[in-house]
Order: sequence, then structure tokens, then C-alpha cells
Amino acid sequence: MSTSSTPVLSVDTLTVDFETVSAVRGATFEVAHGQVTALVGESGSGKSVSATAVLGLLPGNARVGGSVRLNGEELIGANPARLRQVRGGEIGTVFQEPMSALNPVLTVGAQIAEAIRTHRTLTRREAWERTEHLMATAGLSEPARIAGSYPHELSGGQLQRAMIAMAISCDPVLLIADEPTTALDVTVQAGILQLLRELGERLGTAILLITHDMGVVADLAHDVVVMKDGEVVEKAPVLPLFAQPAHPYTKNLLQAVPRLPELELGETAKAPMDDEGAREALVSFRNVVVEYGGRGRRDGVRAVQGVDLQIGAGEVLGLVGESGSGKTTVGRALAGLIPVTSGELEVDGVDVARASRTTIRGTRLLRGLRSRMGIVFQDPASSLNPRHSVGSGIAEPLTLHTALRGPALRKRIVELLESVHLAADFADRYPHELSGGQRQRVAIARALALDPALLIADEPTSALDVSVQMAVLHLLKDLQSRLGFACLFISHDLAVIGQLADRVAVMHHGKVVEQGSTAQVLGAPRNAYTQRLLAAAPVADPIHQRRRREAWQSLARTP
Amino acid sequence: MGGQQYLRQFLADRWALAGAGTVIAFLLIALLAPVLTALSGQDPYTYHLDALDDTGRPLGFGGGISTEHWFGVEPLTGRDLFAIVVHGARTSLLVGLAATTIAVVIGVVVGITAGFFGGWYDRLLSRVIDVLYGFPFLVLMIALGAIVSARFPRTWLVIIVIGAFGWPTIARVVRGQTLSLKSRTFVMASTAMGAGSVQVLTRQILPHLSVTIIVYTTILIPGLITTEAALSFLGVGVPAPTPSWGRSIGEGIGWVQTDPMFLIFPGAALFLITLAFNLVGDGLRDVLDPRKGAAVR
Repeated sequence: MSTSSTPVLSVDTLTVDFETVSAVRGATFEVAHGQVTALVGESGSGKSVSATAVLGLLPGNARVGGSVRLNGEELIGANPARLRQVRGGEIGTVFQEPMSALNPVLTVGAQIAEAIRTHRTLTRREAWERTEHLMATAGLSEPARIAGSYPHELSGGQLQRAMIAMAISCDPVLLIADEPTTALDVTVQAGILQLLRELGERLGTAILLITHDMGVVADLAHDVVVMKDGEVVEKAPVLPLFAQPAHPYTKNLLQAVPRLPELELGETAKAPMDDEGAREALVSFRNVVVEYGGRGRRDGVRAVQGVDLQIGAGEVLGLVGESGSGKTTVGRALAGLIPVTSGELEVDGVDVARASRTTIRGTRLLRGLRSRMGIVFQDPASSLNPRHSVGSGIAEPLTLHTALRGPALRKRIVELLESVHLAADFADRYPHELSGGQRQRVAIARALALDPALLIADEPTSALDVSVQMAVLHLLKDLQSRLGFACLFISHDLAVIGQLADRVAVMHHGKVVEQGSTAQVLGAPRNAYTQRLLAAAPVADPIHQRRRREAWQSLARTP
Repeated sequence: MGGQQYLRQFLADRWALAGAGTVIAFLLIALLAPVLTALSGQDPYTYHLDALDDTGRPLGFGGGISTEHWFGVEPLTGRDLFAIVVHGARTSLLVGLAATTIAVVIGVVVGITAGFFGGWYDRLLSRVIDVLYGFPFLVLMIALGAIVSARFPRTWLVIIVIGAFGWPTIARVVRGQTLSLKSRTFVMASTAMGAGSVQVLTRQILPHLSVTIIVYTTILIPGLITTEAALSFLGVGVPAPTPSWGRSIGEGIGWVQTDPMFLIFPGAALFLITLAFNLVGDGLRDVLDPRKGAAVR
């Protein structure tokens, strides 16, 4: 499949050991000229460590074995001066968090110019000209202005483009992109992936892409290397790998990725605001506004500006949006955790909007309501108190709202643990002894302890690996159909929402822009923003993804 | 996380262990002071003018060290120095521990509520802390000594004043930690489950502060013991004839040329107990502070 004969980078039986742990055990793979090779795996698979070993940037306690050859030259054991030349010279790197990879006290342009002058003898003026030229290559529309800006003045997408400009500043033969789009929104991600694809094609740069997202792989990669527990379990070109995965782990990984329905892009129209939940509404938002930080004469930030939503009893409403869209604020306002500035918010007949504004009487009103409401947060590691055992964590809502004590309490805790498929002896463990998926199960058990009428799930799976995510989603779905609670399911991931929700509401800039049944919103969206959002979301199928990409490109062309 | 593991780590730290041993020894000495002085047949109040020469200087080697007077005698009065040092441990530890208790209770309550409730309450208390930091506490103590009725026990006046001025540091630290704990998701999760402020404070936040409180307490004790000694040195602390190391040191300064042992015995006792508490505090911090532990690993 590879077009050129000699690979740019060849890694042969690479091993990396940290004291007692072996992080990489005999990884062998190649990256060819002008090709994108994706290194895929879940957390702890050794994919990032492998890439760091290529750069020779592992910490001092790591022992590296095997061979890493760049255009035939051995990099392991090469002298440090030569390695410095290679890094930033022949190998460019793009990191996950553009915000933290750039120095906040220097302008972006100065940092790129410095990178150029480290490797080449250019005058300041020449370096600056080249910087602007590179930024234009990286698709930044006003290179001069952006080069003179500080990192905090730019968006995540602009910063990542600037990082790419820096990475290609010395015409590298290899670009290592370590989760380059994980910290970005999908609509921004689509643009960055497009840029990487163009760079590979136009400059012939080989790209080593490290990612956990099979959608990104399907979109960009030519060859795929699947890693698990430090070993390469499968290597194949992208089409056969997705069509006929050979290794059971790859099969599982692909099956675990939630799928989106085929996208039909009709004419954009005024999206129907189909918010009359067929059943009697348990939750109703009417023109809800939430402002942050306004005190005295200062104006606050309007995180939510006039939201209308209804959730019927036993219904799952998926709330989707990008970062800053106000979706989390809606969830917190619903739980009465932040004051509602104006509008009506009723849950089961209780006026949450008013209760959230008044201190003492409101607390009592909310307390009653909270016994019928459960919340699951994004990061289970921080939502469980590290000093409480699992059992006493689950017991908290029970002791607060019921008279259960002693053996009866213990019995209920065991029941709850069993309902989330955990053994009874988990009650005596502590959160740090549990894996991410187990912690989230505990958080779900706690949220369901009081048999709530409403569950608020705020990005419950986005901190988890795909295979774990799938199990947690199945569990939630199963519990929902068995216990029949209503659910506000908040996520940035359209495919995850599609798994669970009966209806979907899309938020953008603090407003709900489209609302309707899951099949309609995810399959045939009407609103222009929803269409862009859906077309930008990569799916784990290279052929299907190519069609979505074309749809996204045509949407991007029409303003 | 087990207590046994902490204990093993603490026992492995030789300096902390020596500190803990010294602290325990001083506690025993203070508790058993009457017994110990009975062994030598002395008490800290009886004058022994026969042990002095005409100028009031103790007779004999090292300030009158003998089988009767193990540490010698006090110049001018001839009171037994061993009895004074041993009973002085009672005063120092009583004042140090009681004032620390007051300071820690006020500090934790102020810090945790200021951090948790915020708003005007926090701003007010933070200003109070700022004022206390710059307050001429010594002048106040001297003034109080003159104003407060003589019937009010002086020792307790010293304890209350030292305690009332000792809390700002611990309050600031606890406030800062509470602020960062408040924004952690598990605190919000607890609120969302319907827990009231008191429950959130005691169940969710306080357990996380226990390490900070323990460590700051052990570091505060020697500080307040020295404060008591300083006040007594200046003559505004524990009144005579109650034995106090600080007062003995103050008097000993005048005799340092002729009778150095009168300065050395109470001074060594004060030095040892301060060092010991500081060693224990450092050892506890090394063992309990999770951040430091992570950095070492």
C-alpha cells in the first residue's frame, strides 16, 4: 500500500521500561514518505511513550531498547547534540494542549521565529517573514496580526494552527502529532485534520498520528498501528483494518465506537422547535437566562440566554453543544447549583428558578427536590470524595434523606452496587483503588440511590476509554429502561447522545438552536449550525467518513 | 492510606523519633513534677539562704550543684533550680498546649467558614486577620496586665491572650485549602444530593483538612511556648513565684558572668522542647502531606 520504498521512520522492536513497569514491549512499525500512520490505543497502551521515545525525550528513569531509524540513521543512543538537531529540524511535533505548549509571556510569532533561528542562520527580519509565510501555510487568515498576539488572545484552533506552523518551520521529514485535536471542539478539529491532510499531500511530510479516536483515524490515516498494553496487536492499511479487523482487540475497539446515522443534508430551514414532550413535562425551562459574575454595576457573562426545554417523565433528553455553548450551565441550573437570573424553571412542580435565588427558604425547597434528583459528573475521580470508602459515598444520599441505618443501609448499598454490576465487597474500597469505569459506576449507583425521578448526567463518559464508555452507556440505558427515570444527558459527543437519547437539543452560544427526535436531529438536521456540527464529527468508517468530509467541505465553502 | 504505613514511615525518620521521645519525656516530667522533686526532697518555693555566700552567689561548683540540689540553686534566694526547671515544664506545657488549642479552634472555625461561605463574611474576617498580623500584641499584654483585675488568674490571662493572637496563620492556611476544596466536584456532588452547609463542611471538607491541622498544630505549639517564655522574660507573663523558664532565663542573664548554670539549665530545657516539637512537626508533615509524598516517589 505504501507508495515509497524506504520508510522515513522505522521503529524496530522498541522497548521502554520504567523501573518495574514495561510501557512498550517490542513495538515495530514504519512511517512512509507522504503517508499518515496512526498509532491507536486506549490509555496505558504505550502509544505516547513510543512517540516520546522517537524524540528521545523520555525521563531519565526510562530504559530504551531496540532501534529507531530516521531515514536510515539510528536515533537511539545518538549523541545529544545530534538529537537536538533532529528535534524541531527533521522531526516536528504537535502536542495535545496548544494552550500549555506555548509560552504565555511571548508572542506566538516570536516563539516560531525563535524555533526557526535555532536551526537556521537567518536574520531576525528573514525569520519573521518566514514565520508569517508559515502561518499562512497553516491556514491562519491574518498571519501578521496573529504572529503579534499572545497565546491567551487566540482560540484553541488558531493556537493549534500556530503550533503546526512551528512544527513545519524547518521542513521536517516527519511530523509527530500527539492527540492533536483531542482538546478541540469537533468543528475546529475538522479544520485541523484537513490542514494535516493537505500538509502531508503538498509537502510530502510523513505524519505519525497518535490518537485514541477511531473517527480521527478513519478521517486521516493511511496506515494504522493498533497498540495494547505496550504491544502492537495489529498493523494494516486503513480500509482493510476497518472492513475486516483481524485481532479481537481491534474488533472490540471498533465495535465500542458509538455510531452516527448516515447524514442527510437538506435545505437549511428554520429548525422546528419540537419541544412539546408527548408526555407530561417533568422539567420545563421557559426562557431561562443564567448570568455569571455580574455584581453591582458590572455586567455578567450570559452563559445561557433564553432556553426553552421540556423533559417528560421517563424521557431521555440529549443536550449537545461545543465548549462554551452553555450546556453544563443548563445542567447545573437544573440541579439548583447556580442561580437562574431570569425565566421560569420548574421541576416536578417546584420553582427551581426562584428557589435558586433565595438563600434560606430556597435551600429547604431544593432539599426536598434533591431527594428526587441524581447527578453524575464528568470526572468520577473528582466527584467521589477520595477520603470516603465507596460504601460511605453511596450511603451519603441515603443517610441525608432516609431513615435507613445499620444493616438495612448496608443491604441497600449492596443492592445498588449489584445494580451497576459491581461486587458487594467494593463497598469497603476507596476511589483511588478503582479504575475509571468502576468509579463512574459507583457515581451512577450513588445518583440512583434514592430512586430519583430525574437523572442529570454531565458528560458522564468523556473521561473514559471507548470500550469502557460503551459499557457505561449500556449500563445507563439498561437502568433507565428498568427504573424509568427521566434523564438530561449532556455531552459534546453526538454519537454518544445518539446511543441514549429519545430527543436531542442542540445548544450554540447559550441558545437552543434545534430540538427534535434523535433520528431527525442526528440524521437530517435543519439548522445550519447543527449541520456543520454533524458533518464535522468524524465517524469510525473510512468510506462513510469520506462522504461526511465532503459534506463538511461543501458546508464550509458556503458561509 | 493506612495508619500503619504512616506509623512505619514516621518511625523510619530518626530525627522525628528523637523529637517525639523528647516531647514524651517532657510531658512525663511535667506530669510527675511533684514526684520527681520529692525524690530529691525539694520544692520550687523554699528558700535555702545557707547555700549562698554573702553576695547572694550560690556556694560550690556549677552554681551549687550537690546531691541535695541537682541543678544547683537560684542566686539571691537559694531556691532549688531542679525543682524550678521541672515545675517550669508544667507551666510551659500548660500554656503552650492550652493556647494552641484555643488558637487552632478559632483558626479552623474562622478559616473554614470564611473559605466556604465567602462574600462579605470572608472579606471581614480576612481584614481582621490582616489587623491581627500587625497588632502590637506585646503592648496589649502589658496594658492588660495593668488593667485586668488581680483576682483573674494571670496564667489563664496569658493563655487566652496568646491563643487569641495565635490563630491567624492557621486560619489563612485553612481558608485557602477550603477555597480550593469548595470547587472540587465531590463537594458540588454532595450539595446536589441535598447535603446542607454543615454536613458539607464536616463530612466533605473537614476530613481533607485534618492533615494540615495536625501539622500546623505541632508547629504552633513550640511557637506559643516560646511566646510564653518571651512574655515571662519581659516580666509580663506568668507571675512569680510560679516557676517559669522564661522568667528564670530573664533573671539568669544578669548572672551569666558569675553563675552561668542559672541561665543554662532553664535555657536548655526551653531549647530542647522547642526543637523536639519542631522535629515532630516536620516529621509529621513529611509523612502526611500527600503532595510532598508524591514528589518523593
